[in-house]
Amino acid sequence: MGRHAVRAAPYLLSLPALLLFAGVVVVPLLMTVLLSFHDWGQYKGIEPVFILKNWHEVLTDSYFLEMFGRTFRIAFFVTLLAAMFGAPEAYILNRMKSPWRGLFLLVILGPLLISVVARTLGWALLFGGNSGLVNKALMSAGLISAPLPFMFTETGMVVALAHVLMPYMVLAVWAALQRLDPQIENAAVALGAGPFTVLRRIVLPQVMPGILSGAIIVFALAASAFATPAIIGGRRLKVASTLAYDEFLNTLNWPLGAAVAVLLLVALVAIVVGASRLVERRYAQVFG
Amino acid sequence: MTTFLTLDGLTKKFGTHLAVDGLSLEVEKGEFIALLGPSGCGKTTTLQMIAGFVDPTAGAIRLEGRDLLAIKPAKRGLGIVFQSYALFPHMTVAENVAFGLEMQGVAAAERTKRVAETLELVGLGAFAARFPRQMSGGQQQRVALARALVIRPNILLLDEPLSNLDAKLREEMQIELRQIQRTVGTTTILVTHDQAEAMALSDRIVVMNQGRAEQIGPPHEAYERPATPFVANFLGKTNLVNGTTVRPEKISFAVSGLAGKVRTRIFQGNHWLYQVDTDSGLVTVIRQNTGETMPAEGDQVHLAWGATP
Repeated sequence: MGRHAVRAAPYLLSLPALLLFAGVVVVPLLMTVLLSFHDWGQYKGIEPVFILKNWHEVLTDSYFLEMFGRTFRIAFFVTLLAAMFGAPEAYILNRMKSPWRGLFLLVILGPLLISVVARTLGWALLFGGNSGLVNKALMSAGLISAPLPFMFTETGMVVALAHVLMPYMVLAVWAALQRLDPQIENAAVALGAGPFTVLRRIVLPQVMPGILSGAIIVFALAASAFATPAIIGGRRLKVASTLAYDEFLNTLNWPLGAAVAVLLLVALVAIVVGASRLVERRYAQVFG
Repeated sequence: MTTFLTLDGLTKKFGTHLAVDGLSLEVEKGEFIALLGPSGCGKTTTLQMIAGFVDPTAGAIRLEGRDLLAIKPAKRGLGIVFQSYALFPHMTVAENVAFGLEMQGVAAAERTKRVAETLELVGLGAFAARFPRQMSGGQQQRVALARALVIRPNILLLDEPLSNLDAKLREEMQIELRQIQRTVGTTTILVTHDQAEAMALSDRIVVMNQGRAEQIGPPHEAYERPATPFVANFLGKTNLVNGTTVRPEKISFAVSGLAGKVRTRIFQGNHWLYQVDTDSGLVTVIRQNTGETMPAEGDQVHLAWGATP
């Protein structure tokens, strides 16, 4: 083999994967971006022109502002909930001995093994309106007088999304915990620290990068989630992804849907990149 | 002199495995004790029981007459240096050292002063603002030592503190550790599997094997008069010639004595290491390098020692 052939080998070897990536991700994405600049009318359909109408509408209409506000509000609370429950969960899991650790890891990963639709319908069966199991039980016990609102509420979406995205947080924090020096808690105890101080001053700061990277994953997945908001929010309580879906498949206004989808992507990328930059800069000196 | 720390029939069972088997030891104030033994001999478990990280199955630990086992690990006031150092990576050197004082509720001004003093003691005065990962292994080791010493502990526990350092640095740290311990006068218990380290540092050695103390005594005594064959073998090289144990460096080449032929000769800088074939088997001989001409491989020699047969 000649020298050139050797140098070209890595590129040639990755060519099939690169072609596939370009074919199924880059090209459709560019087409979607282009689509968002086209015009659309009820009777004329899509016109391949270059206008800023859709972008103007998406960025100025308070209706879209509300959708995006809701999307990121939900993603924020899902992330918060996942961190509040996921981080302690990972800590407890890390302290368990086998076989319990494997068993509970399976329980935690469980939501990922069940279809999104089945799982969300499960939540609906428990809390949906008057006939929901939990609502029925609580009402017959006299604890509440009206069913807890769950379907078509942001709370419902947050709870259901936090449930499914929790494993990502647990795994991220767990990975950080496993890098901890096994003697580090003993070191703090020997210096006179109580259990709570050890957690707050020693363990938490060291797993913070794990919590933050888990938070970035959970936030991105929550903000772009489709199935859960679609089932719980339906068309009454829309988020960015269900909005784009509706524009594409119900209104048939593809260009506007494309603008919504692209805006969601750009906003997410900006948030995720910004956040991970911040995390890296904050912890580079300490953990590197 | 009164006993400072007492281990009384200390025993630890893990399942059916007897990790520490009725260990009794009396330590005087200011003494430097080394728990020496191969891995799995129970030395680390003993240290962890003193620290409070492992509960003994039976036996007692008393510090100045008080039952140490009744005191929570966080309240025992011991300084511990871990094998991995276990420094807090998210805190600066100064914050690491100050942590114990903070837990004791020492006022900030006093804290700053004592942290500076202790860092000076271990030769890290200029490194207060660094993070542990920006420092070398030897420096991290000193930080760990400073962190343990700054709280003025009753006892300093050292768990294989030098085993992660390279040979040259280890030797330097041994000397320094010994000097620092002399300066502050803290009663110290060192756990190590390195007999040279134990002998270099300690006032008394506890040679442990399978959870028991085989011999407790000053390094020189344990080396010269080992109580058991295990101690003799663990504390350096030995020869068994005609039923008596002889240290290799006690044997010299002479005009008469045990006849043999040099099988191998290894030059080790300050000394020569010989293996000599004799009628009584293979004998190891160590001779100091004085610059004289020494027997070569294949030479016929005679070996003599204290009580030459």
